[in-house]
Amino acid sequence: MSTDSLAPTAAPVGDSLGRDAWRRLSQNRAAMASLWLLGLMTLACFIGPWLTPWGLADVDWNAFDVGPTLEGGHWLGTDANGRDLLTRTLYGGQVSLSVALVATFVSLIIGVLYGAVSGYIGGRVDNLMMRFVDIMYSLPFMFLVILLMVVFGRNIFLIYAAIGAVEWLDMARIVRGQTLALKQREFVEAAHALGVKDGKIVTRHLIPNAIGPVIVYVTLTVPKVILLESFLSFLGLGVQEPLTSWGVLISEGADMMQTSPWMLLVPSVFLALTLFCLNFLGDGLRDALDPKTR
Amino acid sequence: MLSYTLKRLAQAIPTMLIVITIAFFLMRIAPGGPFDGERALPPEIEANLMAAYHLDEPLWQQYFRYLGNLVQGDFGPSFKYKDFTVTELIMQGFPVSLQIGGLAILLALAIGLPLGIIAALKRNTAVDYTVMGTALAGIAVPNFVVAPVLALVFGVLLGWLPAGGWNDGALPNLILPVIALSIQQIAYIARMMRASMIEVMGSHYIRTARAKGLTEAEVVWRHALRPALLPVTSYLGPAIAGIITGSVVIEQIFGIPGIGRYFVQGALNRDYTLVMGTVVFYGALIVLMNLIVDLIYSALDPQIRYDD
Amino acid sequence: MVSMDAFRPLALAGLMATTSLGLCLPAAGAQAATLQVGNGAEPSTLDPQKVSGNWESRITRQLFDRLVNYGPDGALVPGLAESWELSDDGRVITFRLREAQWSDGEPITADDAVFALQRLVTPATANHNANLYYPIVNARAINTGEAEPESLGVTALDSHTLEIRLSEPTAYFLQAMAMTEAAPLPRHLLTSDVEDWTRPGTLVASGPFVLADWKPQDKVEVERNPRYYAADEVALEGVDFHAIEDTSALMNRFRSGELDIAYGAVPSARFEWAQENLGESLRVGPLIGSYFYMLNLREGTPLSDERVREALNLALDREVITERLLGMGQTPSYWFVPRTIASPTSASLDFHDQDMDSRRARARELLDQAGYGPDRPLELELSYNTLEDHKKIAVAIAAMWRPLGVEIELVNREAAVHFAGLRQGDFEIARYGFVATVNDPYDFLNAYAAGGSAAASTGYADPEYDALVEASTHELDVDRRAALMTEAEQRLLEADVMLPIYDYVVVNLVSPDVKGWQPTTLDVHPLRYVSVDGDAP
Repeated sequence: MSTDSLAPTAAPVGDSLGRDAWRRLSQNRAAMASLWLLGLMTLACFIGPWLTPWGLADVDWNAFDVGPTLEGGHWLGTDANGRDLLTRTLYGGQVSLSVALVATFVSLIIGVLYGAVSGYIGGRVDNLMMRFVDIMYSLPFMFLVILLMVVFGRNIFLIYAAIGAVEWLDMARIVRGQTLALKQREFVEAAHALGVKDGKIVTRHLIPNAIGPVIVYVTLTVPKVILLESFLSFLGLGVQEPLTSWGVLISEGADMMQTSPWMLLVPSVFLALTLFCLNFLGDGLRDALDPKTR
Repeated sequence: MLSYTLKRLAQAIPTMLIVITIAFFLMRIAPGGPFDGERALPPEIEANLMAAYHLDEPLWQQYFRYLGNLVQGDFGPSFKYKDFTVTELIMQGFPVSLQIGGLAILLALAIGLPLGIIAALKRNTAVDYTVMGTALAGIAVPNFVVAPVLALVFGVLLGWLPAGGWNDGALPNLILPVIALSIQQIAYIARMMRASMIEVMGSHYIRTARAKGLTEAEVVWRHALRPALLPVTSYLGPAIAGIITGSVVIEQIFGIPGIGRYFVQGALNRDYTLVMGTVVFYGALIVLMNLIVDLIYSALDPQIRYDD
Repeated sequence: MVSMDAFRPLALAGLMATTSLGLCLPAAGAQAATLQVGNGAEPSTLDPQKVSGNWESRITRQLFDRLVNYGPDGALVPGLAESWELSDDGRVITFRLREAQWSDGEPITADDAVFALQRLVTPATANHNANLYYPIVNARAINTGEAEPESLGVTALDSHTLEIRLSEPTAYFLQAMAMTEAAPLPRHLLTSDVEDWTRPGTLVASGPFVLADWKPQDKVEVERNPRYYAADEVALEGVDFHAIEDTSALMNRFRSGELDIAYGAVPSARFEWAQENLGESLRVGPLIGSYFYMLNLREGTPLSDERVREALNLALDREVITERLLGMGQTPSYWFVPRTIASPTSASLDFHDQDMDSRRARARELLDQAGYGPDRPLELELSYNTLEDHKKIAVAIAAMWRPLGVEIELVNREAAVHFAGLRQGDFEIARYGFVATVNDPYDFLNAYAAGGSAAASTGYADPEYDALVEASTHELDVDRRAALMTEAEQRLLEADVMLPIYDYVVVNLVSPDVKGWQPTTLDVHPLRYVSVDGDAP
């Protein structure tokens, strides 16, 4: 029983893991389409601004707050300051996508490792590590960010750091919960009995088996992070004008949704599209990485 | 289990002490003070204000004064809301936040869990896509967009419900804020439940259970559900602490007199005593919720044990 | 002159109205109703000497009459004092109090006024505007802890006669006496051992309304005070002041009929929409307030060069901001003291009637002379506190300056950080809004005089300016005073110490059913004159 259950749950060794997973992922059409679309959108955000007729801070003194139109070159309208919304949304994408990528990645790495180690070792170490998580939860986020600013100065990487620094907590709690359950299963005990090192048990057996909830939580973290960034900007700790982000554009647009709906719709569509893509990609990735369905 | 619980509760004291200490000094490092407003104060008057709140004392002295008062259960008067103590503000606002937040959580669980389970069981069908598509939309639209739209549509244009106000918790006043608060949670819970359900349904022991000849319903109810609830439970601990302490956006848009606004406004106003009050209150809730979550783990999976 | 003889007939009329019962019910046909007011933020206190914002004094003014009140149009009218007299040397004001009662039946006496003024300047009270009362003999010494409160130059000559002695004649003083902090307070209550005297059930009022209930973050309820000296004239049964800050919430609840009045409900983003859809409820009027950019004049920044400051001032197209960007009727300002103030000044930036092209050309010349050009761009930091309109304006102004080779770094700061930065002189160009607390240019001009907040922030120091402000404060002749103040203000403008942008307007939503409510330049609205028509809401 125990050896039987070990075989299908342990992740394969070496780069065959990556190659195998990629092969499975590339067979998933929705995931592949999402991957392409995400790539395209990223490309648009980083290259597109050079192709639009307007710059990030260019004010069109003749077109304050106008809706989408083909004349005048404001294809998706302008904001209250007469700046081209398409251009600003693309620039905003640069900020939001990189904030999301970095902050989510940081929270993923710290959260998963921290949670898995805490749950696997258990006992006093688990207790100490989880009390530290409680403390981090309890500290007022705003002042944490202000402290970072005092230490590091006004800096966009600070935003990533600040957001990553709080978002790993949920991830750590979730992974630790999964680990507590998984480590009682036969396959872990069997690996233990076979003399597999603790580090390997964590990375090869525990984490791969907790991958489903982890991936879903990652796809949930992305929108949270993008919108949280706009709160930091509200505090004067995020991006500064004339630079912008999707979160900032959406909160600006929310103010004007009755009179100038395009200001809310344009950045929201970009954000929603990103989320849908990430979601399908996440599902595909989960299936591809799942050690059980192999 | 009882001794474990007691031990954890005892540990809450040093945990909270660390939280209080870090938060106290963290808050004071931040630039800006409680009296920095649009209207700059003449130096004489600012000096009077600083003295009235003991802010002219050395910081360590203020810290020990605060701890000393806290031990006696005194959180001090709010700097901003001068006619009330922090304890009064939290005690008047918390029942309101708890009511809205509690209902929102219940609603989110009642809708989110079944949706997640159904989507997992009907994986890759139209049902799954519809549920998950809707859930994603719920996540993509932030509550500062949802709440004003709900108030506008149901409060102003249709006139079915009050556009805002608390009205001592009358049912019509609860509906919109509870819905607005729960939408995102429904989406979160449904997404997470679907994922862990898929995970569990594919696992080895479910295959074993199926091999024993149990019906699909029996498999789901008896074997899959409880382990599948683990990740959602982990998520819910801190999430509930956050939701029952209110949401500043929902409170401001619907005029709900809860305590959510104190977390943001207390910080913005540099209302030091109020900030500390919310930190202590929230911290205690976090410790409590995470303890409860850990206890629920063992109920969901009896194999999970904590070494005393 | 300041002597208020002009008001005597009015006071008399008021007295007659209250005595001729039956005939004086206002707005016949109006139903007794409770007015629902969207009041902005939660009041931080109902102690009139501890309030700091208009959302608080809007409530305390209904609870506590001052010796001098604001009339329905914002002008001064007799309150608890039925008349007053200024001595010929302008140093002694004698108030004659009317027969009136606190809401608990105790008589309101001159001792209550003495008590209140002493408390006002006591350091422990920490009143925000105590400096406005420094003209009273010994007030400053008391407020800085150097003298006992009892030494204040305020005496009750008898139970209904109050004498206030000033160290110098002070032109604005009567305006200060109308502010909520100057209201007589129930001495019998505050000197008793009662705790938390501002709570419902404890608070004792002198105004048209008494406190009925206070639910923090929800609403403050007041109801008609039957012991008010003009209770018969008060039409409203009560008023609920709802703590609603969010503008879209205010507007939604006004539109759904839950509110009769919504203060500050319309941001510029929704103004045009409100004009088209809520036309008859939209009440727009000037507010005595100046929106301007403060410049840090200290050595070491490019702004210490007067030519640079003038260039920035020249190239700032104010009309684009008021008409195109905001469009709410703000007056583009080429001055510091708003024109709508009582006893206005007439100073102005000298280029205000030139066209933009020649102004820009002149600005280029000045920058060139100052050594800035294409190879040496002028780099400056412009900071503003978080608010959508501040951001819009800053973005537009930066874009106006860009063609001159001025590179602006926009810095958005959270309010507490922004204003702390101003206090510490940590800024180059900073957005600032100065709204009058007292309806007199002194309020504005004093900010740039020695010891004033703007002088401290910007490093501005000009003894001649200080002397002019000082002289204007003690000058009681209206024309001579206006000339002195204009001269002082002109000095500020000629030195380009600030970039004036516009004079504020205030936009409120008031249901057409609400009668007797007027827009006023201080945004004060005494509700004793207000009634509600038609069905109770």
